[in-house]
Amino acid sequence: MSSTTYPSVRAAAAPKVRSAHAEASRSGIWVGICTITMSFMAFLSALYVRQGASADWTHIVLPRILYLNTLALLLSSATLEMSRRALAPVSGSEVDSVAVRKGFAWLSGTLALGLLFVAGQYEAWRQLAAQGLYLATNANSSFYYVLTAMHGLHLLAGIAALLFVMSRLLLVGNRFRHSTFEATTIYWHFMGVLWLFLLLVLRTKL
Amino acid sequence: MQEASAQPAHVHAPPEGFIRKHVFSLDHKVIGKQYYALGLLAVCMGMGLSWLMRFHLVWPTTRIPGLELLSKVGAPGGVITPEYYLSLLTMHGTLMVFFVLTNAPFAAFGNYFLPIQIGAEDMAFPRFNMMSFWTTLVAFLVLVLAFVIPDGPPISGWTSYAPLSAVGQDAGPGMGWGMNLWGISIAIFCIGSLLGALNFIATTLDLRAKGMTLMRMPICTWAWFITSCIALLAFAVLLPACILLILDRTAGTSFFIPSGLVVSDRLQPHSGGSPLLWQHLFWFFGHPEVYIAILPSMGIVSHILINSMRKPLLSSKVIIYCMMSIGFLSWMVWGHHMFVSGMNPFSSLLFSFPTLTITIPATIMTLIWLGSLYGANLRINAASLFALGFISMFVSGGVSGFFLAQPSIDIVLHATYFVVGHFHMVMGVASIFGVFAGTYFWYGKMTGRMMNEKLGQLHFWLTFIGTYCIFMPFHYLGLVGNIRRYSSFVNDFMGPLMPLHKFITIAALSTGAAQFIFLFNLIYSHFKGKPASENPWEGTTLEWSIPSPPPWNNFGGKHPVIYHDPYQYGVKGSKGDYIMQDSPEPSAS
Repeated sequence: MSSTTYPSVRAAAAPKVRSAHAEASRSGIWVGICTITMSFMAFLSALYVRQGASADWTHIVLPRILYLNTLALLLSSATLEMSRRALAPVSGSEVDSVAVRKGFAWLSGTLALGLLFVAGQYEAWRQLAAQGLYLATNANSSFYYVLTAMHGLHLLAGIAALLFVMSRLLLVGNRFRHSTFEATTIYWHFMGVLWLFLLLVLRTKL
Repeated sequence: MQEASAQPAHVHAPPEGFIRKHVFSLDHKVIGKQYYALGLLAVCMGMGLSWLMRFHLVWPTTRIPGLELLSKVGAPGGVITPEYYLSLLTMHGTLMVFFVLTNAPFAAFGNYFLPIQIGAEDMAFPRFNMMSFWTTLVAFLVLVLAFVIPDGPPISGWTSYAPLSAVGQDAGPGMGWGMNLWGISIAIFCIGSLLGALNFIATTLDLRAKGMTLMRMPICTWAWFITSCIALLAFAVLLPACILLILDRTAGTSFFIPSGLVVSDRLQPHSGGSPLLWQHLFWFFGHPEVYIAILPSMGIVSHILINSMRKPLLSSKVIIYCMMSIGFLSWMVWGHHMFVSGMNPFSSLLFSFPTLTITIPATIMTLIWLGSLYGANLRINAASLFALGFISMFVSGGVSGFFLAQPSIDIVLHATYFVVGHFHMVMGVASIFGVFAGTYFWYGKMTGRMMNEKLGQLHFWLTFIGTYCIFMPFHYLGLVGNIRRYSSFVNDFMGPLMPLHKFITIAALSTGAAQFIFLFNLIYSHFKGKPASENPWEGTTLEWSIPSPPPWNNFGGKHPVIYHDPYQYGVKGSKGDYIMQDSPEPSAS
């Protein structure tokens, strides 16, 4: 580095040392995403084959609330991103209460929107049941319930992870770990992307 | 992938108390031993079941004393009914494929040695690791529960084809709660395996010590890594399949059950499903699964042979690339289990080509092993004998695969003893030989005491000869039309084959008896075996640089630095004809 380089540039050029364990958290979550994607691909293959297997495929009209749920989930990704930015300067040793409070607030928003999504999905099930479409009614409805249930279960796991991260922020001594939070955010965004994909499949196939 | 730049803080604190040290342990070494113990229990059960099956095939009306205690309905008066024979073979297959062949070479040895061989203190996620073992144990207990319930175990085979497995109680004994337990057990097993695979991958990618590049990892580490990549994606397909099966059975859905199906004089209420769908989903998992069963043993055997030959293989890199190609190609061949299933015959062609192609990397590996052995001064011990036995079994069992890979020949051989002989030799024997080799090789490191060498060699010869006597005749039986999964051949056109069946049964019971030598050796050596030094085999890889048994944090708080590839043998080193991976001496070349 020449002596005329500005200090800010020099600092930015220095490599960030990530501990091996933080790297492992990140690898781990991406590996987990691969496996969850594969399992949904298996369900979708089953859907395609089942559709072609017999002539009993009748179109179902998706409950409108699904689109509100989608909006809630996408917004939750946005609030999670705001939370990530707020918590970026927070480290395990220093307790920057302003950053922690902001981050916690955005996380609460994310949690609320996530729970709203789950409640909305349940309401969508109730609306379908009111139409007489249950799990075993026909092949379409079977796949609707299975796909949304699987996504919902995985989302609940994401909610559990959010609660865990939030609890870490609240603890005295601030045992908040960035690697865990980063893994949670990657997972949460993946849940949103997965839902968009599933919605597309439900709309076009079901 | 770059090496880890900063060393992590201790992954977990030193264990205190009996429960933390030996039961709910976070230590990958304890978890590895727990998996091994589970595999041992499962193999004893699976082998016992095979003895009952073999006995019944040649003496179907002879009473087996005490068997009525296992099942009053299935074995009244100690005589196995045809339906119970199917239950026995279902549980035999399920226990062996899942709880032995996926557990022992991969989960047991991989958990124990992968972190050590890459220079890590533990796996990346010790809590997930502990969870994966206990999940697998719960799956085992749920499966074994099927023996105890009045309904009995399912009769649909380890492959659980729909619609037999999907319609419920109407399908026969054991197809009510027995089949439900099977589905639940395997679903839980999938979760345990997925957690384990995730751990292996993250650990291999991110926790390697300084200087341990990917190409400097030992061959067995590579085998475990590639296996975990396959397992990650394969079990992710079996789990949805099991979920859909359970829904068909319990919730009235029709994923796999077609319309108008009458079973046991009862019209089934389902409609529109596809039985072939189950086969596709199952075998899309099932074929990679058999490579999950064999790849770790290939790695273990390569590792042991190099040590015993005191020289590296002709090319470790080619072996690794071959293992990767096998892993890649394994996804494209699943239809070769379905040539006669009724799927489009043109698809059969599309599956036959990659099936034949996958023999190429397997053959290259065999040629490398054999070519490396040529001119080598091989140290003969139980471990190296089983390693050689692996190659023999892998070739013998593998060549029958060439025949089965061709749809026209498979039409004749499908569901005959030819197929049973093929997969038993490659999976059942070759893979187990890898486990035996690994046990004799690493027992000293794991327990601090060596296994008895003489008993080990006796075990090898009896098992080697015995398994050839059992499984080679299967190919002949298959060629003359002996169908598999039948409980009795005495009274039909296969009557003239009974002398051969009797020979096989006697060989099976004798070889089974020989395994007690191994069990005795395993237990006896734990207490009275010769104390093991740090490096009894004069090995080069990191597991030989730490005490036997290793301390809780593997390297005693130190962080090894790697200077060489893992197989510096046949060179002038300070300790002998080898240089250890973490030794700063210069490499030979």
